[in-house]
Amino acid sequence: MIKKKRGRNLGKIKGFAIQFLPYSEIRNLDDNQRIRRILGIVLGNNILILQGKLEPEEETRLIEDTMAMIGHVRNFKGIELAVISGNKKEGFLRKMKMGLANALSGGDLGAITIIGPATIVKEMKRNPKRIELLLNR
Amino acid sequence: MVIKIFKNFIKRMFSSIFKNNKQIKLGFYGPPNAGKSTLANRICKDFTGEELGSVSNVPHETRHVQFKEKVEIEFKGKKLVFKMVDTPGIATKIDYEEFLKYKIKKKDAKKRAKEATQGVIESIKWLDDMDVVVVVLDSTENPYNQVNITIIGNLVARKIPILIVANKIDKKKSNIKKIEAAFSEYDAIGISAKQGENLEEFYESIFKLSKKVK
Repeated sequence: MIKKKRGRNLGKIKGFAIQFLPYSEIRNLDDNQRIRRILGIVLGNNILILQGKLEPEEETRLIEDTMAMIGHVRNFKGIELAVISGNKKEGFLRKMKMGLANALSGGDLGAITIIGPATIVKEMKRNPKRIELLLNR
Repeated sequence: MVIKIFKNFIKRMFSSIFKNNKQIKLGFYGPPNAGKSTLANRICKDFTGEELGSVSNVPHETRHVQFKEKVEIEFKGKKLVFKMVDTPGIATKIDYEEFLKYKIKKKDAKKRAKEATQGVIESIKWLDDMDVVVVVLDSTENPYNQVNITIIGNLVARKIPILIVANKIDKKKSNIKKIEAAFSEYDAIGISAKQGENLEEFYESIFKLSKKVK
């Protein structure tokens, strides 16, 4: 994998990097800062694997900001986004434990969010238990 | 004392008239090409004789929020007045090159893409104004698309009543069960907006859902 120079101009895609972001890195950021941090990573030709997930309002904010960037950032066509969460059918005690852990950590740490630039990620195929990333050639 | 009683009477009368004339803002949300405009058109055509907007096989045909005021829907002797709001499909990516496949000229494709990005932003902005939302999904597609989950998550966060519509049940690949499994916490019904299939159940659900409007 070739890590491409970061910047607002994506240029010709030759490779990409995968970046993992622990939730602790965004826990104390406000909505704006979180979105800016995420888009900064994605615009640098990275596929971001984020521990936890965004709030629904943050997700729409991410979509709005993404749409605003299309046509303004060269070669940027948007993002592919997928979230995989824990099993909803878990027992009461397990749910309670998870709820407590999430409340203490400030986010759903049982979830994983994957965000990649559409120039690199062609499609994210998702089902409740799996996410498949189909990449552009 | 008499003046007070008279004032209260007038107040009650006005508020009851106002309540009866109140429109329920019914939004149609979903990913592009799910059939939002086809469904909104069918309802408008059935009850007002006029359609709301154009439909096309090319994604992002609706690029601005379109609405029709005071659409009176009558179902089983009951009447409700709706403001029908058809929204552009919400997507996370828009590539003008996709439109070239539909034999659209490059210049027009770029214009369409630009308008589509603005349409997505517009759709999201309108979320706050809705009383009831019909989430229209294409039942031939994988429902676990993050856009669907994001739309529903936002409606739940705003406490807006939701009806999930599995559209295109007339197609062979249609799979309503997959949609029901993906969104088991919500009411989901299968319809074909194009063929007018199962609209009775749709109207029944809309009337039921409208009772939840605060």
